[in-house]
Amino acid sequence: MAAKLAFIFFSMILTNNYVLVKFLGICPFLGVSKKLDSAIGMSAAVTFVMVVATAATWPIYTNLLEPQGLGYLQTIVFILVIAILVQLLELIMKRFMPPLYNALGIYLPLITTNCTILGVTILNIDNGYNYAESLVCSLGAGLGFMLAMVMFSGVRRRLEEARPPKPFEGLPITLVAASIVSLSFTGFGGLIEKIFGM
Amino acid sequence: MEKQSKKSNRLAVLTNGLLHENPNLRLVLGTCPTLAITTSVFNSVGMGLAATFVLIGSNMAISACRKLIPDKVRIPAFITIIAGFVTVVMMLVQAFVPDLYNALGVYLPLIVVNCIILGRAEMFASKNPVIESALDGLGMGIGFTLTLTVMGFVRELLGAGTVLGFQVLPANIEPFSILVSPPGGFFVFGVLMAVAIWLDERRGKTVNADPETAGCAGCANSALCHGEGGKV
Repeated sequence: MAAKLAFIFFSMILTNNYVLVKFLGICPFLGVSKKLDSAIGMSAAVTFVMVVATAATWPIYTNLLEPQGLGYLQTIVFILVIAILVQLLELIMKRFMPPLYNALGIYLPLITTNCTILGVTILNIDNGYNYAESLVCSLGAGLGFMLAMVMFSGVRRRLEEARPPKPFEGLPITLVAASIVSLSFTGFGGLIEKIFGM
Repeated sequence: MEKQSKKSNRLAVLTNGLLHENPNLRLVLGTCPTLAITTSVFNSVGMGLAATFVLIGSNMAISACRKLIPDKVRIPAFITIIAGFVTVVMMLVQAFVPDLYNALGVYLPLIVVNCIILGRAEMFASKNPVIESALDGLGMGIGFTLTLTVMGFVRELLGAGTVLGFQVLPANIEPFSILVSPPGGFFVFGVLMAVAIWLDERRGKTVNADPETAGCAGCANSALCHGEGGKV
């Protein structure tokens, strides 16, 4: 059990990295990775919402939608739950945890339509994970997102001094750089499976 | 006279999405499916058509209720309408093209959070009449489908040596299999975007917005976060 959880956790961070391997959450990856502190703030907010969203959507699907044969409503129900949850979290943080709100608050409205959140909640159901596995998977996915953001913010600082051909300036060269970062992650392929013998 | 200008205006709305306001390459919206599912032409066309259907449907529905939806709750209302259309598409694809359903996997339900659709709802459908909104959805959908197809064509041809599953490159040429893997997605997208910028500049059109913030300016959330994402 513990081995399976550790396997899910590390494979979500390295071999199944949401940004670099599964291409979820590319918009914040390109938009908010310019500075290290905002990259960390955004990914901390994403990780937090991912875990909370999974904690809320998994029981709703398993106990409410599935037994009633309403599985096809998954998309509508999940996106609404996430939208409400983000609003609720913002209110709670503003009222009871002002320091946390000051650090993460500006990123929260961005998160509702972030595909990583909806993606992780749907993939947890698709993969047939139980409650503990789903939560660990979400935590791993969030930390993997953070790893990619932090690494890439370092790459982008160097990119600002680069002089690419004119049509490549700005986003195109950033995408080529992301391709090379992603290439380095393919090096982890098979590593986690070997370590945990899965 | 007035009728004619209205007609040409509608044509402009339709063709806008093809290159100058191409949703992927110029507005930098909907990057996730663009990178993820363009490993073959079949997947690209399927994804493009599914998104086009949702785009036309949601644009028309949102445009029709644009005066009924209170401004404060418009984003959740838009998302709910879009999610309804996505569910319809999912059920249709699952019933009639199960191969495509399996190939697209989680990216099919994720059309809900595709910023092209919410972006057009926010920028166009919530301000324009039904017919124009439908045309805008069609134009943007075709632009999206074309970009996906070009990406899928390049990646499938060079990465696997096939087009739509048929062997095209001679078998003795080793395909660059890196192009169908994740790093190739970023690379081909970056190069295509540079080509689109180059083409637009050659035609003497001004480049829309600052390319650095284009992704944020086009994003439906930019009103909510006041462009923080682009500036920080």
